[in-house]
Amino acid sequence: MSTLNYTESTLVPEAAVYRRVIPAGDFWMHEIKAGQTLRILDLEGNQAADTLFYYAADFTERYSAQDTIREQGALYLTTGTKLMSNAGRPLVTITADTCGRHDTLGGACSCESNAVRYGHGTRHMHSCRQSFLLGLANWPDSSFDLNKRDLPANINFFMNVPVTPEGGLQFEDGVSAPGRYVEMRADLDVVCLISNCPQLNNPCNGWNPTPVEVLIWNP
Amino acid sequence: MPLLKPPAPSGTSFTTKRPSGPRPVPMPLIPEGSLLREEIIPGGVAVSFNVRRHTTLRLTALESGSNVSFLCYNRHELIDRYNMADTLKGQHTAKLTTGHILVSDMGRAMFSITGDTLGWHDPIGGHDTPAIVAQKWSEKNYQTARNAHHRNSHDLFLIELAKHGLNRRDLVPNINFFSKLQSDAEGRLGFASGHSRTGDFIDLRAEMDQLVVFTTCHHPMDTAKTYGPRPVRMQLWESAPPAADDYCRIMRPENERAFYNTEILYS
Repeated sequence: MSTLNYTESTLVPEAAVYRRVIPAGDFWMHEIKAGQTLRILDLEGNQAADTLFYYAADFTERYSAQDTIREQGALYLTTGTKLMSNAGRPLVTITADTCGRHDTLGGACSCESNAVRYGHGTRHMHSCRQSFLLGLANWPDSSFDLNKRDLPANINFFMNVPVTPEGGLQFEDGVSAPGRYVEMRADLDVVCLISNCPQLNNPCNGWNPTPVEVLIWNP
Repeated sequence: MPLLKPPAPSGTSFTTKRPSGPRPVPMPLIPEGSLLREEIIPGGVAVSFNVRRHTTLRLTALESGSNVSFLCYNRHELIDRYNMADTLKGQHTAKLTTGHILVSDMGRAMFSITGDTLGWHDPIGGHDTPAIVAQKWSEKNYQTARNAHHRNSHDLFLIELAKHGLNRRDLVPNINFFSKLQSDAEGRLGFASGHSRTGDFIDLRAEMDQLVVFTTCHHPMDTAKTYGPRPVRMQLWESAPPAADDYCRIMRPENERAFYNTEILYS
């Protein structure tokens, strides 16, 4: 295992303007204003939080995994990483991280990808892209006409997917633990969509999906 | 038509490694009489075209340092499209070569890589943009350079997608054929300069009818000192449908299931 980059936050939960626990397998969709800070807290450990960001004024500008990787010339996300949009603008910047490494290559589980990966018997198990689509379908501003085209490659906070120098992709036990968190400051007004991953077929949630908490602070 | 059933549970790549035989050797000569189309695509441009199921698209590097930024969509339902994460995680790979398949976000096999002289194509690095090209090689606009102006994949993708009613919502993570990014233990990426040589080729057998969109612009992390995107040759040829023991199909149990998901579209 390579170096993990730990950076603690100075923000205290008592000063947060918003707190919400996302139960295992549920989604959360919420606007974060430019300058506000979002913390995602892994309450019980080893829980993947599949996350997307959209520019609030125009959802066609959204998180881009390839632009984010290319901009920093590195695969893993941690403190200092700018999460880039498909228009080349930073949407949010990671400002604290007590986990040390997060993935953006592994994507989100879906019924269709579960059937491919684990057999057709898993086809109707709950999955992240079901949660994402329900989140988009319930978003009050219907002017964007949201659907599967609006699910770009996502971030997997608290997930560990190392790439080997030989080009292999590994799925390893999480590097997270109870109480670990990642924090990011919004560079633009963004809408954040999180699926608290319900995957039961691989170790990304330690075989037992658990809640995460989101906290927001004003600047 | 034979009765189609989901492949019986036969493990996952966590537990199963197959096949044991050697990789197919790339076949330099396209079988006589099977060629349907052949074109030279200049460097720095975009094309889009339909590819029919069970035909093979061959891309050949005509100069060292080529790059093809590539996207594909189900011709009949464009919302069903190539998905980087589903392709990579289903095959536990961060590179593409012989035996791998391109998988759609509906879990369907789109293309199979049936031949490859190179061993590594990049599915991660993305595509170049106006800002990247201007920063690396200075801006050279139409007003001063006419059709020798510097072009970039981002603009060309948006133009080409719009010809099919698609927009930036559909500009998903792309593949870069003929390019290689290698990561170190910290995940830092390095561009392998001079990776492809003249004559390198890749064969992509279509498992479904598709819309293909690709550009011949530089890789976004290309370290070349001067702007100079390279031409490629594209050939389309009639190829046999994959057999039950096809190398790409049986490479992994995941692939077998993705093939099934495509085959039921045509049943």
